[in-house]
Amino acid sequence: MQVNISIKRHNPSAPDNNTYWEDFDLSMHDTASVLDALIKIREDVDGSLSVRCSCRSAICGSCAMRVNGHAKLACNTKLSDVIDADGRVTVEPAGVMPVIKDLVVDQTLFWDKVKQISPWLQPDGPEPEGEYIAPNSAMMDLAGVMNCIMCGACVSDCTVLEIDKDFIGPAALAKAYRFVNDPRDDQTKSRLIELNEKTGIWDCTRCFECVEVCPKGVAPMERIMSLRESAMEQGLDQTVGARHADAFTDSVAHSGWLNELLLPLKTFGMFNLGAMMGLAPIGLRALLRGKMPSIFHRSVPNVHRIRRIVKKIEENE
Amino acid sequence: MLEHDVLIVGAGLAGMRAAVAAHERGANVAVISKVHPVRSHSNAAQGGINAALTDRGDDWTDHAFDTVKGSDYLADQDAIEVMCSEAGDDIISLEHMGVIFNRDEKGHLGTRAFGGQQKARTFFVADFTGQAILHVLYEQLMESKVKVYEEWFVLSLIIEDGECCGVTAIEMATGRVYVIRAKTVIMCTGGVGRLFEPSTNGLIVTGDGMALAYRAGAPLMDMEMIQYHPTTLKGSGVLITEGARGEGAYLLNKSGDRFMEKYAPNMMELASRDVVSRAGQTEINEGRGIDGCVLLDCRHLGEKLIKERLTEILSIGRDFAGIDIIKEPIPIRPGMHYIMGGIKSDIDGKTSIPGLYATGECACVSVHGGNRLGANSLLDTVVFGRRAGHHAAEVSKQMEYKKFDVTSQIKKAEMDLQKLLDRDNVGERWANVRTDLGVEIDKHFGVFRTESGMQSLKESLTGFKARYDNCSVQDKGRIFNTDLIFTLELGYMLDCAEAITLSGIERKESRGAHSRIDYPQRDDDNWLKHVLVTKTAEGPLLTHLPVTITSWEPQERKY
Repeated sequence: MQVNISIKRHNPSAPDNNTYWEDFDLSMHDTASVLDALIKIREDVDGSLSVRCSCRSAICGSCAMRVNGHAKLACNTKLSDVIDADGRVTVEPAGVMPVIKDLVVDQTLFWDKVKQISPWLQPDGPEPEGEYIAPNSAMMDLAGVMNCIMCGACVSDCTVLEIDKDFIGPAALAKAYRFVNDPRDDQTKSRLIELNEKTGIWDCTRCFECVEVCPKGVAPMERIMSLRESAMEQGLDQTVGARHADAFTDSVAHSGWLNELLLPLKTFGMFNLGAMMGLAPIGLRALLRGKMPSIFHRSVPNVHRIRRIVKKIEENE
Repeated sequence: MLEHDVLIVGAGLAGMRAAVAAHERGANVAVISKVHPVRSHSNAAQGGINAALTDRGDDWTDHAFDTVKGSDYLADQDAIEVMCSEAGDDIISLEHMGVIFNRDEKGHLGTRAFGGQQKARTFFVADFTGQAILHVLYEQLMESKVKVYEEWFVLSLIIEDGECCGVTAIEMATGRVYVIRAKTVIMCTGGVGRLFEPSTNGLIVTGDGMALAYRAGAPLMDMEMIQYHPTTLKGSGVLITEGARGEGAYLLNKSGDRFMEKYAPNMMELASRDVVSRAGQTEINEGRGIDGCVLLDCRHLGEKLIKERLTEILSIGRDFAGIDIIKEPIPIRPGMHYIMGGIKSDIDGKTSIPGLYATGECACVSVHGGNRLGANSLLDTVVFGRRAGHHAAEVSKQMEYKKFDVTSQIKKAEMDLQKLLDRDNVGERWANVRTDLGVEIDKHFGVFRTESGMQSLKESLTGFKARYDNCSVQDKGRIFNTDLIFTLELGYMLDCAEAITLSGIERKESRGAHSRIDYPQRDDDNWLKHVLVTKTAEGPLLTHLPVTITSWEPQERKY
């Protein structure tokens, strides 16, 4: 199989013009991975190509990078799955984090966020003599997060982190899920209080990128959604995000669809003048373009059936 | 000046367990690692960790006997007694730290069967036990705020008046050379798998610690004992956990026969690894394989069990062989996996050099002897990692930092590096030499060995060393220069190759993983002893040490 691999390189030692694209033409085995190609380049063609890698079996988490613009592990990405009809593929370093050299990024930001969530088990009281007793199902649920290999693919492609470096981000929040839901941990509430703050669970925009790019099926976004539910169940419902979620539910439960006029009022608070002033230009533009929702919010036909569904859900919870 | 009471080289399970232990005892601890701790190769341990817990009807002496027998009576039984009797407490403390572990119906820790053992005593987290423990130990490290020199590569051990008192190292992100002064240094650098081509081991497993200690004058012991894992994936050589056989998977030859009936009628697929590897290799050699492989069949285990307990190999099959293990058998063959030998150390990790400790795969206590039981390697790392950490911390309390000429150490290391970088770009590439060396050593030091093969390997090592001395480094920069690091690693691997080859030629019998066609029998009269290699000014020196026997006299080994 002939491939043309285009690599975004960065040489920090060069005086200027030190970021550039370089193409390599290689002849590879049909089942070869992107990492196999990179290793071949650094071993046979250009020894100065820097790339982190070790296990070659998707367990060490070293080789997260962007392939054709999306974060992947190079080792479990087959070339045949990513090359175009002309055998071309592009490889560049992971996003969000600064590049040190070629495909090697500085992961300080990644680990700082992990450290921010106090990522260690915190039980109260004296340890039992033997092991903690815990149901296997709870442990297996946590296994779905413990198999996160901290590769940083989700952080690389997180659309929130791209513009707001303060967001705790998908990997660290998935890690937080593991402690919040660990039956042995006794800091559930205080952890949720912290995660409920700005830059925490409510800053995720649910774009699904982290779910898409995670090579281990950790599905960070779903963990974040679960943390939101846990926070609200713990009575932590006075954040913008929580009120927004409540306003959504209330509106649908009442009229069968969304009352767009009431939503911002309930989310930000009727007397939050600052937020209301901030929304005024949007309202004005909506008005000018004829998109202002009617102030008379009618229920949908047969709304009683929707209310019945809502009631059923509430009963089941 | 960077200085620490306890400096730990390597951040896998042994290294981080040692760091946590030394920190508990109030020492000023630091860890230095050429990769971020969670990238360490302990990740790759899939199946589990052994311990005999008395409250579930097991007895540590049974575990000890299985280990002794597994070792083909080469392991030191006093060390095995320490490991097996302390195993239970270490498993529980891992659980208390936060390792999730699979549970039984009552919520207690669950076990699975593993090779070479009479009882199911392997505790596990699906089939990523190593990763699950590694990440929890890193959590502990983050909590303790122990200093980690991340992506620093050790160039040499500093020995003053016969004592180890620090290291020289290069910080990869900048290319700067530093001296780190330490009262005690613990080597926890893992094995030397990349010396072999192919191997299940990650690319970072290059015998650095063994070679550093060897160069500093510490003897390497039992280096001929190389474990071939019975089930590594066709082609890439990726590991398929013994846990699969523990859960009941079969080994089949091309006629679909469970060939282990012939080799180990009682334990079948769960005999010791050396036994199963020899059986698989014999089937292949005698024409009963398929395309250089035999088959591992998980189909009858059912989708539910595979999806809960063998998730990792389910995706390995899919991603690296393009097969669905629920529906198809996996083509596998024996592949180089582990080294039982290493830096000679005692039950507290102490080596022959004062101030220098070694634990984990880079060390030889010895608890694995001629053949390691599956799931005893993780146990080795946590028991002896903890013991070494505690011991080094206590000892360093009584010590002062040793004075030595730091500037000249840095200058010398700088000069050596610059010389390497300054070589013209006309020499051979390290990768060529490494691959040729790996293929050669695999050919002559595989599952079966002969005098002539090992002698020819010994001769070719001279040629490989000459080629190494002419290697050129293409990357001339200092920042994250992996080309330079890989070249240095090859130098370490060549030292290990020397010790392995010489030890293999020396042991004129078949024991454990060392199967010689020309000496097919175990010979307790002459070879119930360890082989040690020490680097001296006159060249490598071979010596022997008796095996410590406490309760279990050698007997014929049958499975």
